[in-house]
Amino acid sequence: MHSKTITEILVPFPRDEPSALIPVLQAVQSEYGYLSENNIYAISDHLNVPSSKIYGVTTFYAQFRLKPLGRHVINLCQGTACHVKGSEKLIPVFEQELKCKAGETTKDGKFTFNLVACLGACALSPVVNIDSDFYGNIKIADIKKILRKYD
Amino acid sequence: MKKYEIEIIVCCSTGCISLGGQEIYDELVRCIKEYNLDTNVKVKPTGCHGFCQTGPRLLINPEGVLYVYLKKSDVKTIVEQHLIGGKIVEKLTYKDPVTKKTVQKRDDINFYKHQVSITTNNCGKINPEDINDYLAVGGYESLKKVLTMEPEQVIQEIKTSRLRGKGGAGFPTGLKWSFLAQETSTPKYLICNGDEGDPGAFMDRTIMESDPQSIVEGMIIGAYATGATSGFVYVRAEKPLAASRIAIAIEQARKHGYLGSNILNSGLNFDIQVRKGAGAFVCGEETALMSSILGNRGSPRPRPPYPAKSGLWGKPTNINNVKTWATIPKIIDMSAENYAKIGTADSSGTAILCLSGNINNAGLIEIPMGTTIRTVVYDIGGGCPNGKKFKAIQIGGPSGGCIPEQYLDVKMIDTQIDFKSITTLGAIMGSGGLIVLDESTCLVDMAHYFIKFTQNESCGKCVPCRIGTRKMLHILDKIIMGQGSYEDLDELESLAYTIKNASLCGLGQTAPNPIISTLKYFRDEYEAHIKGICPALVCKNLITYHISAEMCVGCGICAKNCSVNAITGELKKTFQIDTNLCIKCGLCFSACPKNAIYKKTGGK
Repeated sequence: MHSKTITEILVPFPRDEPSALIPVLQAVQSEYGYLSENNIYAISDHLNVPSSKIYGVTTFYAQFRLKPLGRHVINLCQGTACHVKGSEKLIPVFEQELKCKAGETTKDGKFTFNLVACLGACALSPVVNIDSDFYGNIKIADIKKILRKYD
Repeated sequence: MKKYEIEIIVCCSTGCISLGGQEIYDELVRCIKEYNLDTNVKVKPTGCHGFCQTGPRLLINPEGVLYVYLKKSDVKTIVEQHLIGGKIVEKLTYKDPVTKKTVQKRDDINFYKHQVSITTNNCGKINPEDINDYLAVGGYESLKKVLTMEPEQVIQEIKTSRLRGKGGAGFPTGLKWSFLAQETSTPKYLICNGDEGDPGAFMDRTIMESDPQSIVEGMIIGAYATGATSGFVYVRAEKPLAASRIAIAIEQARKHGYLGSNILNSGLNFDIQVRKGAGAFVCGEETALMSSILGNRGSPRPRPPYPAKSGLWGKPTNINNVKTWATIPKIIDMSAENYAKIGTADSSGTAILCLSGNINNAGLIEIPMGTTIRTVVYDIGGGCPNGKKFKAIQIGGPSGGCIPEQYLDVKMIDTQIDFKSITTLGAIMGSGGLIVLDESTCLVDMAHYFIKFTQNESCGKCVPCRIGTRKMLHILDKIIMGQGSYEDLDELESLAYTIKNASLCGLGQTAPNPIISTLKYFRDEYEAHIKGICPALVCKNLITYHISAEMCVGCGICAKNCSVNAITGELKKTFQIDTNLCIKCGLCFSACPKNAIYKKTGGK
């Protein structure tokens, strides 16, 4: 299922180098979608950083997840320009379509629905990003159509 | 390099790609081949042209004809009618939202007319993933020039230009460099702060996506001037295209001998790594950013010691913003004296701003320091759309404030978006997000929105910020629910000043600004909320939805869209909303084809 094992991911990173922690966490998460307890222990061994500290770092940054993600990640922008253009009203529509709350993953594991602070595409507000695709100027009526694109 | 008669520029930046820009580019390449035009016509993917709202778009040079809001099928029309037939496709050109006239040429569009391009000069002109394109427009000539100077002369040149850091605080860049140059401890580090986290700001992303080599060249010049040997570009993970393009730029610069050891045989050694931020707004603060590069939680620490004394790994470090670094090669190229001539006596050069919100022309702009807000909002931005009335402009994101209309019209004819006048107005310019708010925006809701953001992003290290922002949020929660009191306003104000004075870092010190500025200029809106009225009809608890009997045609679309079955009625007769069941989601309001649904406030 995964093309690399945790050991293979860690190889390019220097041993006992605490400053590599964030790039390592990013590399592991991009392969597995989240940071499992066992992987955190492996990282802890490799970099010589206590797992308690890794837990502190992972819970500090919004990017890191300790639970598996859905196959597709939806980030609905709640930045200022999007807020002014009514992005808050899109939240219940996504929640209704996906049958899950913001911050959660759908039961079938297909989508994870997140709210994010700003995607930096303010001229196109409101904006939603799914995996690496961006959708600008979205209206309530577009949402079903956008979600249907994903298997 | 081969010369082509015609060059077609297609924007392939995040904004345009989200609107289908990649498809336009692919179709254009295909059509050019199909009609055998590829010997004469070159298609070039570039970074951002600034006017993101009109994407996807393409520009035909040397004529300078711009086509906007393109669909895939339009590409063939342009190729057949314009390139082969020699006739401009009028219906695909830009139509000014104010004058309603079509404008064929890019340079005649009001959005561009009032701008100057210094820092963003290459954006939208070169292929950001090809160093040869950068070299063709004079890239790395500034570095070559700098290598013939003494490091002290380079710092003097930057001082003469009066360049100030463009990240928000506005500290003089030349002076900052001289602090690092004085340090004797080695190694020394440079950091490019690309952790652009303010909602409403996308200047740094645009430059990293559109002209990454300028940042790299700026950092190499900085390394030569200060004696640094290693650099980091810290980019937000939420801006993946920016991170990948800066990484490509570094790789190509290394291959061409601009990075690494003995750069251009000058004896200069310098290299750069990319570090991706992991989603923490506070990491835009320099000490928090450094803590993050070292693999820790991004918590700030008190200063002094300043980074120039003790930064990464306790060594001398200099941090500048993306825009500052990207401006350096341009200053060397145009000379410090010429750069200093742009702008005002206090603030030299240009401001790079992102215009968005309730505005006709949204996008990235670069203007001389000293331009009035009026010029930005009306001449460049074209005012508010749909005939709505301008209410305020929000400057500087969560650290900034709202500037009301009266300062555009009466007193502040001279209101200028330079560092000094914005500070006296009560709103910091910040990194440059400008969000235009029209009459349909509730300023109390705006303040609530920002406090919710900073409360969420507070790192939790110091008490005033961690607990203070939460207390402010609680009070605002009460006010937008219609449960506030006049005493709450006083408490809010006193809390705001305490947090401002007592917080450890810039995040906490500026977090109360949205409250301070809205309480100062829009106190009447707070007072209305206490009386149970939201004048802008935004705050859910203070409004109710109704259907107008005169306008309703009885189509039933509203009832179909209602998720709680609060709307009932018979087809072709006026529908009714049960206000007790209604959750005020607003779906029916947006769905009604006849605009028959309206909101009321204060009528409980």
